[in-house]
Amino acid sequence: MTLADPLRAPDGAGATPPSLLVRDLLFAYPDGHQALHGVDLRIEPGERVALLGPNGAGKTTLVLHLNGILAPGEGTVEVGGLPVTRQHVQEIRRRVGIVFQDPDDQLFMPTVREDVAFGPANFGLAGAALAERVDQALAAVGMQEQADRSPLHLSGGQRRRVALATVLACDPEILVLDEPSSNLDPVARRELAEVLLGLGRTMLMVTHDLPYALQLCPRSVVLDDGVVVADGPTRELLADRALLERHRLELPFGFSLS
Amino acid sequence: MGAGHAHPLHLHRDSPVHRLPPQVKIVAAFLGVVCVVATPREAFAVFAGYLVLLLGVWVAARIPVGWILRRSVIELPFVVLAVLLPLTGPDPRIEWLGLSLSEPGLLGAWNILVKGTLGVLTSLTLAATTPMRDLLVGLQRLHAPALVTTIATLMLRYVDVIAGEARRMRLARIARGHDPRFLWQAGATARGIGALFVRSYERGERVHLAMLSRGWTGAMPVLTENRTTRRDWAAGLAPVAVAAALAATGWMIA
Repeated sequence: MTLADPLRAPDGAGATPPSLLVRDLLFAYPDGHQALHGVDLRIEPGERVALLGPNGAGKTTLVLHLNGILAPGEGTVEVGGLPVTRQHVQEIRRRVGIVFQDPDDQLFMPTVREDVAFGPANFGLAGAALAERVDQALAAVGMQEQADRSPLHLSGGQRRRVALATVLACDPEILVLDEPSSNLDPVARRELAEVLLGLGRTMLMVTHDLPYALQLCPRSVVLDDGVVVADGPTRELLADRALLERHRLELPFGFSLS
Repeated sequence: MGAGHAHPLHLHRDSPVHRLPPQVKIVAAFLGVVCVVATPREAFAVFAGYLVLLLGVWVAARIPVGWILRRSVIELPFVVLAVLLPLTGPDPRIEWLGLSLSEPGLLGAWNILVKGTLGVLTSLTLAATTPMRDLLVGLQRLHAPALVTTIATLMLRYVDVIAGEARRMRLARIARGHDPRFLWQAGATARGIGALFVRSYERGERVHLAMLSRGWTGAMPVLTENRTTRRDWAAGLAPVAVAAALAATGWMIA
């Protein structure tokens, strides 16, 4: 798979700005480690894209740029046409919904309902509108009945879905999922996939779970050593054994795509 | 504990006292204790009056007296000093069962004992009728410093997560044959505590990132809408009025 022009608008793209536009992003950590060497990425509204790559490729660093937690050394990030800058940081954080890898990091309030309300309340919702938004988000992941429980008393799969609800409640332009299938049993993994497919939202999914990427994301992007090295249909990328091998990726035992 | 119901100091009941807004109960408990502390120690009968008042609150809250008394044992280590005072206090002294006891010491011990006990009983009543979560909401409504309520809210959520982590680390140590029986074998446990601290610190950073990502700006949003009515305040402060009257009586008779 070669890279044509990653930033080129697809044919037929109208006036709506892309959900995510990353242009020539460079970033070095304060200790001098250059994590991103010029990343280009364009995601249209409604797309589901998997971000693949070995450990240390810069995936998490890229994710933290999307909502302005890290500021780029050079280059720009735009979300729904709005540049990620200090002035817009609050609106950007509403538009980019990050679901972190460990739900225990994300769910910090004493009850599920309060946790789901935390985001929209920060973004200015209150009263009946807030309650309605919380109910909708919990319904979208099928967790209404657990609303008044503590996250501590939920199963791994339930926690993951509540973490997703906390972000959905902010009505994001793009969902960013960090290793959504980690630590889930096979049933919880499938249930989460069903929930995610049912949402109909723009999605960027960071994962090592290649079959999950294939199941959920028509398009994949491979990041290695701080640059995008491949971008194309997931099935084609995963069938390219040489490409996978070059970037320390491999399908689980017994899987093969042609 | 996380759910706010399973706490050993909380008694899940439905009563008028349980239903009062938490901030009313916090203010009432605080003022009640102030009245007790302000009462002169010689006004013995007044302290009995306070106890009767608390009994009344327990009846209204449907808390069994034994339930409260068992939990008030927590006070014991703090009143050890009170036992020493009569033995070590200044003259004049009185003879009792062959012991020479100091009169000011006895009064001082009584003072600590009775006020401490009434304070503990009041706090237990507050804890029994108000889930931990609501106490925090109450403090937030009373404009306690945001940093304090935020830290307490996070503690409420993570104390069990950290305890779980400590349990897993202990199991992993035992699984590798660690069997600490003597003090000099505690090294591994101590290092485990160090590792736990570092892990908790790192988790704190990740939680902070996740909070920032959902638009946190430094203050917890108040998520419940219930307004406190005049009637709530009147009901909650009625026992305080009685306590204030008792304190005033104490000053007159002492």
